[in-house]
Amino acid sequence: MSWLLVYPIVIPLLTAVLTYILRHNPAGRWISVAGTLALLLTSVMLLASVIREGVIAAQMSDWNAPFGITLVADYLSAVMVVITAITGLATVVYCLGEIPERLERSGFFALLQVLLMGVCGAFVTGDLFNLYVWFEVMLISSFGLLVMGGSREQLDGGVKYVTLNLVSTIMFLSGVGILYGITGTLNMADLHAAVREVENTGLLTTVAVMFLVAFGVKAALFPLFFWLPASYHTPPVAVSAIFAGLLTKVGVYALIRVFTLIFDQDVGYTHTLMLWMAVATMVMGVLGAAAMNDFRRILSFHIVSQIGYMILGLALFTPLGLLGAVFYLVHHIIVKANLFFIAGVAKRIGGSTDLSKLGGLYANAPVLAFLFLIPAFSLAGFPPLSGFWAKFLIVKAALDAQMWIVAGVALAVGLLTVFSMTKIWGAAFWPDHPEGTKPRLSDIPVFERLAMMLPVGALALLTCVIGLFPEPFVTFAETAAGQLLDPTDYISTVLGVQP
Amino acid sequence: MELLLAVTTGILTAVAVYLMLSKNLLRYLWGLVLLSNAVNFVIFLGGRLTPGAPPLIDEGEYAPVGEVANALPQALVLTAIVISFGLMAFALALIYRTYMTIGTVTSTEMRIAEPRPRKSESDE
Repeated sequence: MSWLLVYPIVIPLLTAVLTYILRHNPAGRWISVAGTLALLLTSVMLLASVIREGVIAAQMSDWNAPFGITLVADYLSAVMVVITAITGLATVVYCLGEIPERLERSGFFALLQVLLMGVCGAFVTGDLFNLYVWFEVMLISSFGLLVMGGSREQLDGGVKYVTLNLVSTIMFLSGVGILYGITGTLNMADLHAAVREVENTGLLTTVAVMFLVAFGVKAALFPLFFWLPASYHTPPVAVSAIFAGLLTKVGVYALIRVFTLIFDQDVGYTHTLMLWMAVATMVMGVLGAAAMNDFRRILSFHIVSQIGYMILGLALFTPLGLLGAVFYLVHHIIVKANLFFIAGVAKRIGGSTDLSKLGGLYANAPVLAFLFLIPAFSLAGFPPLSGFWAKFLIVKAALDAQMWIVAGVALAVGLLTVFSMTKIWGAAFWPDHPEGTKPRLSDIPVFERLAMMLPVGALALLTCVIGLFPEPFVTFAETAAGQLLDPTDYISTVLGVQP
Repeated sequence: MELLLAVTTGILTAVAVYLMLSKNLLRYLWGLVLLSNAVNFVIFLGGRLTPGAPPLIDEGEYAPVGEVANALPQALVLTAIVISFGLMAFALALIYRTYMTIGTVTSTEMRIAEPRPRKSESDE
């Protein structure tokens, strides 16, 4: 059995335990950094091994599939684990500069590691009920991170986040229950064949829509997204960043996995529904962002809008569409987390995230202004940054499917994204600070400045690399999309591997 | 027996939805508790109700002899109960803390994270 599949779950768990024990000790935070580095290292090894050998699987506790729990990694899972580790590392380093000792003492870093464990677990599991369990791990740690500190805004946003996500969880669980009732299995590879033998296809489509709603809440799809802009701007910036980067993407990943591997028998209904949900998500998100006047709240609405593009790729259900969805997923996590980090630095030196109380960042912190432009332009889809290729692939897929309106909406939403980004630029960077202060990066102590700027620089560099050399990434996403559309390898590996 | 459980599930869901439509967060939470129990019934029913012996395997055998109960849904329900217990405990603590800090559990009055937009000069 391949231990590489177990590391992404075990390493964050051990790190969480150690950092919790050492939460009163300054060493705790460094263990957190070291643990996340180890996670990155092993996840890259996992990716290398998947590229070398194809899909790999491992049976837990010596039970053969489909009876036991299988961990499995194909191209998509492996790259998602790597990107989780990258975002996790960037966040942990950023936390060194932002998180006050008060939060550290109540176990902040330990919760962050539990979150990473939940996310990685959701990406590598091959069992539907196990996926539910990982969702819960992720959810309970995100609840904690969101309200830690206990300010009025946090509690207000936290209540909405918690209550609505619990509904989605219950929906997911009842979908799992009914699916088990009609097929008798919960192993995803086994389900692929099992759903084809179900005679009552109407019931199956109903279950499919239950999963669409459950994961749609997690992924913040229209009309289920409203918990996200209500809560994502309230916690510490580092928490916003990792939530923005990873949590909704787990929902997108789950949608991609379930709607390619299991529910692809009634594409005409489910995927058409998804298509229009995706279009509405793009439009609503970007319009919401245009109405906002706060750095982080604009970014929160943009998460919603960008989710629409990914789901659009899935809903088109063509090789190019899925290719675009996978590429978009990777690009978006990096860019979005980075924009939140920058919002955090702007808040630190400018004193607020409210655009009417910010200013003077271009004149006094030109490095930050330059670093803002990279992810901002990438988000809007300017060449030669990563966002251009991501949008290009999705729009091309829509045009190839002769969905002219959909392609037009996708392009118009890109234009409105530029509008929001220039709004941030025009309020926070361009004019003088309203109170006449000069927000300089050198106001932050050296160590904290380094901890906050290092992740921003690294992620911006990654955005440029993907943008300038898209070829290997597109080829990779192409293979990932191929595996999703033709899961023969996935199924034979899962069902064929002996413990 | 199936019919009885199915009807119970339906009633539980109806009561839960009624409670969850309330503005009061505490009522909403009780609704969630009932709903998560209804889902446990769904999983339990999904595994079919079979009167049978406990699924124990005799020493030296590889499979149980005769008809035995399906153990998997019970394991799933047990996991779900434990998880939902933890989540509900957290949610209750959160709502209590919110009440102590903000002073209300009425959802329509909770506009702190998303204040109504300030009126512009022209409206006044």
